Amino acid sequence: MDFDLTDEQRLLRDSVERLVADRYGFEQRRKYAAEPGGWSREMWAQYAELGLLGLPFAEDHGGFGGGAAETMIVMEAFGRALILEPYVATVLLGGGLVQAAGSAAQQAEILPRIAGGETVLAFAHTERQARYDLADVATAARQDGGAWRITGEKGVVLHGDTADTLVVSARVSGGRRDAAGIGLFLVPAEASGVTRRGYPAQDLLHGAEISLHDAPATPLGTPGEGFAAIARVVDRTIAALCAEAVGAMAELHAMTVDYLKTRKQFGRPIGDFQVLQHRSVDMFTALEQARSMAMYATVMADSDDADERARAVSAAKVQIGRSARFVGQEAIQLHGGIGMTMEYKAGHLFKRLTMIDKAYGDADHHLARLAAAGGLFSEAA
Amino acid sequence: MDLNFTEEELAFRDECRRFFTTEIPAALREKVAQGDHLSKDEYVTTQRILNARGWAVPHWPVAWGGQDWTPVQTYLYQDEMQQANVPAPLAFNVSMVGPVIAQFGSEAQKKRFLPRCANLDDWWCQGFSEPGSGSDLASLRTTAKRVGDKYIVNGQKTWTTLAQHADWIFNLVRTDPTAKKQEGISFLLIDMKTPGIKVRPIQTIDGGHEVNEVFFDDVEVPAENLVGEENKGWDYAKFLLGNERTGIARVGVSKARIRRLKQLAAREVAGDVPLIEDRRFREKLAEVEIELKALEMTQLRVVADERRAVKGKPNPASSILKIKGSEIQQRITELTMDLAGPYAWPYTRDEDEGSNEPPVGPDFAAEAAPMYFNYRKVSIYGGSNEIQRNIIAKAILGF
Repeated sequence: MDFDLTDEQRLLRDSVERLVADRYGFEQRRKYAAEPGGWSREMWAQYAELGLLGLPFAEDHGGFGGGAAETMIVMEAFGRALILEPYVATVLLGGGLVQAAGSAAQQAEILPRIAGGETVLAFAHTERQARYDLADVATAARQDGGAWRITGEKGVVLHGDTADTLVVSARVSGGRRDAAGIGLFLVPAEASGVTRRGYPAQDLLHGAEISLHDAPATPLGTPGEGFAAIARVVDRTIAALCAEAVGAMAELHAMTVDYLKTRKQFGRPIGDFQVLQHRSVDMFTALEQARSMAMYATVMADSDDADERARAVSAAKVQIGRSARFVGQEAIQLHGGIGMTMEYKAGHLFKRLTMIDKAYGDADHHLARLAAAGGLFSEAA
Repeated sequence: MDLNFTEEELAFRDECRRFFTTEIPAALREKVAQGDHLSKDEYVTTQRILNARGWAVPHWPVAWGGQDWTPVQTYLYQDEMQQANVPAPLAFNVSMVGPVIAQFGSEAQKKRFLPRCANLDDWWCQGFSEPGSGSDLASLRTTAKRVGDKYIVNGQKTWTTLAQHADWIFNLVRTDPTAKKQEGISFLLIDMKTPGIKVRPIQTIDGGHEVNEVFFDDVEVPAENLVGEENKGWDYAKFLLGNERTGIARVGVSKARIRRLKQLAAREVAGDVPLIEDRRFREKLAEVEIELKALEMTQLRVVADERRAVKGKPNPASSILKIKGSEIQQRITELTMDLAGPYAWPYTRDEDEGSNEPPVGPDFAAEAAPMYFNYRKVSIYGGSNEIQRNIIAKAILGF
């Protein structure tokens, strides 16, 4: 049992932290947000140069061969800085799916381009009626001669507005909510039959509603057998989002404690008041419990036991959702008026934390999933 | 980052598990699982089995029976013991007075007290709290006046757990009434059979008798029973309270209770459906499991950090363990009471002692409400959760 980082991991952490400290201050971030699609191409190139865009890929594919722990390290630093670039969409979701489902040829073609920062991917999966049910896919794929074509509506597609390639889930066979029969397909974002409506989101990331009408598609792996890859990649992504949330919570908590120590009212720092000290302690406890569960999810995210992995990830997502809401709301309250303004980072951290809960299943969804699976501790010792 | 234990650690865990589940009587462990009170004999029996194996005082100095375990081994030992529903060795002996005597006592005191302390030949109780000093321990007022080769002790202690069984009490007493509050305190060992000591039971809201008031009326104590130096008792008390926090999260106990709760919930029906299949109940249970898993991970992080820690200096993060650990234990008692439903209501505890009447309602129900009431204590004792928040505020957040 060991929670220490290896020398390589420490190096990775230091270089990511240095990069965001130098290049991702709050004012700099504001400029990046104003760029097309709401993110910085220059920073994207920087990530590529540091090897972050190929982090989870094999060395043969221009990658770093990193596991969930390396992703956690990067995501925590990204969470502190509120990174806007399509890292999750391209590297973790898009790249992850290519890795999990793609043929050797597809991997060899696409992964090095992701690692090099030459392509941006998005995962067009969620449909309005599905909410958080990963198996609920109505979008249909059919074969027309030798070619596949997809028709359907996809929503809240993270960075779907700026992606050049969409990984689309579509039903090849089975009923609307069957896990079996879901296929994964690559669709060029500019292909005929693809209509995108892009928008900025609450946390300044971008999304898109995407309509597909007989859009030309290339199967990613075997058509109809995509669900296991989706479940695995989404579980890993959730673990990464948990780490991002921990970074954001840690930043928000540190800002709050600093504020309590410097803000003076009634002739003394408000942090002298025990009631405020205790509230910041409760935030700290919520943060550390969340950190523990993010680590747990990280370790379990690479597990091949899908059931065990899903339980761990669900448990972590519940803890993160609860802790993030508590830490976020308390941080705004303890800051008072300044916490309410767009000019101050605390509110932006709160907004991102709030939206992480809504990504890939909120606390209620994952609590129900865990409870239905029998919880974490089996009846027998 | 690796959450797996080494081969050696796993072998050690299995050894612990085997020992606890085969050598400690099953009937006794079942009583613990039920939440029943144990008799003095049952505590003594268990501790002597552990001591015979060398496992009553593993954290003591090796010369006095310690095992020189790694923090991970200590963790595994505690976790397995708790999961097997083995009553822990008496904390007043093994975690409190024993380490203080081993660290600060004279050679004569060590020889006289430590072996008997480890074997529970002497039952110790703790004379710290007083009616006027709870969380503000240093405000204590019990006095000890040196007269020749004796101290004359006068005053009152309270919340003295299981003093009704005790042979000895380790007492904080004020030896210099003129000094500042922390500086005039001494650490005195007192034989409970000494004339002038009176023990009065306090019945707690669960109906049980765990705690007492202890009165000292011109009690004569040989000066050789002073531990360390006169007026240095506060330092020894702080050392002791640091020890008290290890294992305070009681993650293993909560794991065992959750498992039992699940077994019971699979058995108890509401209408035609076992409660475990009630969505609301199942989700409440899952919520506690998540909190507990998080706490287990937090505890492992603290354990891993102990390799680098300064010995005797508790990690302030252990205050998180106390806060969350107590909240989780309390939550589990709430769920057990929810499971008992209307049968939480009858009070049958006294009648059950030595009675062969069948239980009123489900067999676990009689203890459900008493345990809920009793466990309100866990966020109060050992430094209340508010005191733990003060510790975190000061030591970690820098207020």
